[in-house]
Amino acid sequence: MTHTVLIGLGVLIAVLTVVAALGLLPSLRIVPDNTHFDFTRFRRISFPISAALSILAITLFFTHGLNLGIDFKGGTLLEVKAKSGVADIAAMRTSLDALGLGEVQLQQFGGPENVLIRVAEQPGGDAAQQAALAKLRGALGDSVDIQRTEVLGPRVAGELLAYGMIGLMLAIIAILIYLWFRFEWQFALGAMIANVHDIVLTIGFMSVSQVDFDLTSIAALLTILGYSLNDTVVIYDRIREMLRRYKKMPMPQLLNESINSTLSRSIITHVTVTLALLALLLFGGHAIHSFTAVMMFGVVLVGTYTSIFIAAPILIYLGVGEHREDAKEDAPPAKKNKA
Amino acid sequence: MLYFTRWRALGIILTALIVCLFAVPNFFPEATVKTWPAWAQRRIVLGLDLQGGSYLLLEVDSNYVKKERLDQVRDDVRRTLRDAKIGFTGGVTVRNDAAEVRITKDTDVQPALAKLRELAQPLGGLMGSSGQRDLEVADAGGGVIRLTIPQAAMLDRMRKTIEQSIQIVERRVNELGTVEPVIQRQGNDRILVQVPGLQDPTRLKELLGKTAKMEFRMVDTSVPPDQAQQGRLPPESELLMSASPPPTPYVVKKQVLVAGGDLTDAQASFDQRTGEPVVSFKFNTSGARKFSQATQENVGLPFAIVLDNKVISAPVIREPITGGQGQISGNFTVQSANDLAILLRAGALPAPLTVVEERTVGPGLGQDSIEKGELAAYVGSILVIVFMLLTYRLFGVFANIAVTINVAMIFGLLSLLSATLTLPGIAGIVLTVGIAVDSNVLIYERIREELRGGRNAISAIDAGFKRALATILDSNITTFIAAAVLFYIGTGPVRGFAVTLGIGIITTVFTAFTLTRLIVAGWVRWKRPQSVPI
Repeated sequence: MTHTVLIGLGVLIAVLTVVAALGLLPSLRIVPDNTHFDFTRFRRISFPISAALSILAITLFFTHGLNLGIDFKGGTLLEVKAKSGVADIAAMRTSLDALGLGEVQLQQFGGPENVLIRVAEQPGGDAAQQAALAKLRGALGDSVDIQRTEVLGPRVAGELLAYGMIGLMLAIIAILIYLWFRFEWQFALGAMIANVHDIVLTIGFMSVSQVDFDLTSIAALLTILGYSLNDTVVIYDRIREMLRRYKKMPMPQLLNESINSTLSRSIITHVTVTLALLALLLFGGHAIHSFTAVMMFGVVLVGTYTSIFIAAPILIYLGVGEHREDAKEDAPPAKKNKA
Repeated sequence: MLYFTRWRALGIILTALIVCLFAVPNFFPEATVKTWPAWAQRRIVLGLDLQGGSYLLLEVDSNYVKKERLDQVRDDVRRTLRDAKIGFTGGVTVRNDAAEVRITKDTDVQPALAKLRELAQPLGGLMGSSGQRDLEVADAGGGVIRLTIPQAAMLDRMRKTIEQSIQIVERRVNELGTVEPVIQRQGNDRILVQVPGLQDPTRLKELLGKTAKMEFRMVDTSVPPDQAQQGRLPPESELLMSASPPPTPYVVKKQVLVAGGDLTDAQASFDQRTGEPVVSFKFNTSGARKFSQATQENVGLPFAIVLDNKVISAPVIREPITGGQGQISGNFTVQSANDLAILLRAGALPAPLTVVEERTVGPGLGQDSIEKGELAAYVGSILVIVFMLLTYRLFGVFANIAVTINVAMIFGLLSLLSATLTLPGIAGIVLTVGIAVDSNVLIYERIREELRGGRNAISAIDAGFKRALATILDSNITTFIAAAVLFYIGTGPVRGFAVTLGIGIITTVFTAFTLTRLIVAGWVRWKRPQSVPI
């Protein structure tokens, strides 16, 4: 089935390509040329909104917390498929509860035959987790196929969480140092504020949606960071170029021009990334579902908004371009750049 | 920006082509690829999450290693002082990280220090140049001499223990007949074992969970076991339990007649008379001599076969065993006899191993993940391709050609590096398509802008490339830094994501700077356009 659909789409692409190459397609302009939105004035609304959302996210983090996956919490996870085609969750729950392993979480996913079983970390170190797995395997018996198991001892889980957090910090610092070299310190600081804003909001999202926070979430956070910065850098590059070209233009106007002239690119790129993510979200399966959901939120919703409404306008407060007239005599305001 | 010498153009096309060609082996069955020359055999390795298998992280018990060493020090001290006829009171005590001994006479302290210092060996064997020794001997005052193991010596010992353990683990895993297991050291005290295709690692864990320290010792018949349990245990003996249920106590002498290290072979077989499963073994020359001597001296007495401090069986020696071979019977099943033979052949682990992390994926789930990942990749690509055609028309065709070559190059590089493709890795490729498209969008949007600014077609294209490329470099480096950090801290699937993302960024920058430019430059040369259909 899927193959015929794919072949059909392939033919469609071939036809479209020929038509496009011959110049017969109408031009699709998502963003009209020469937009003049006053993005920087919007900062009087966007900054308070962002501040409020950030506080909300932090509050949620402390009240609801994150749903730590077993990567970071330790414990045992089993993914099973009932051989009969329909899993009898109630019977499963009775037999697993009798094992005395504390609370056993059962969750159906994908179809009626798939069940995810989670057991919290057992007291008694690494050997106790192994014993729990053996008990679970024994209790489940032959009525199910065990598709996947994960067992993490308390220390490894703690280490993974620590490494994950350290990695996140290292990435932010490394990127900042790079930006500091390529731009001026104000840009690096602006990007960092935008960064932290993205991460805080995404963590808030993870807290609300209670998706598993595990190693892949760290991967998702780092990718969001990369994408959001990617966007910010594109706008910053333009701002730097404008600063060099228009020495007398007032800052808010200069920022607006910069954002408006890169607006079309921002939107087209985000449509394509959204399309790619949408495919992963709809067809990529259960295993990467929470990963793509978090990415969707972080890249599409937060990343773009941050670059336009936070990262760029904040440069006004950081004093970028204030002393351009004075500085003109001895040194150019921005570092020399060939481009 | 739009001018390429013939040689440069050729170089770019050849580079792209060669990198793409490295992906070819992935599309042929493994058996076919095996017949190709070695340099053409490299292909992408599927991660355990995609092909199914077991991942175990084992930890060597560092406390055990330290205790073993201190016990050894204690025995050495006792022997040295006895040989030197230096009196000490209260025995040698092992406490925390040190062994201590109290010398009876004050005048003996200096000679005792001198003797005990001879026990300390230079670190790193004969080649050691650090001047450090594996034991510190100090006068703790009041006639007490304290022997401590320095940090460096402990690390050195752990390193050796891990190396030995890896060898033993390798032998044991290979005995299971699995395909291409990966066994490597991780950190200071851990060993990573990856076995593709192994769905239930229970047996593997059983094999790895035993140290398999095998000893032949005499049973102490001077005290019945029940009296020994009440505390009347002779100092040269200890109480051990039987390996098979019901737990039966045995009084066994501490002295080891022959140890497992002297075994050369072990096989599971059946007893010729009773037909029950047994393990038959062979000793090397020195083991055979020791065993023959011991059995000659002890005819009529029982001896114990001890594995990991549990008595497997305690047969009576009926006649001297001089042939250097024998068999162990002990309520074995076929499987347990087989496992014991494997353990004896592979040798004893220098320290116990514990499983600290375990992940398994069944083959069905892996296949399912591959199919879903592929479908998502196709659908994602098609959506993006159609969108680009609608947005940029002719230039959309250019972009799609560039992105397609880009993805082929990612597969080529992944094959060249024999990198591991995981499910998050597939997600990484899909996202790279997004980034690759972005580089094209940046260029084309800039060209549009330059056109609006009043430049003519060729000058607008030229300026568009020039300005956009700097931005592309800046923006991709930031994402690359994130990928590099992920690679460094991540394990397994996450690392797979970092690899594809990182490689994707490299090919994207290469394609944007060379191929996309070359394609547009070719079109400009051919058409000499007055306007740009963008």
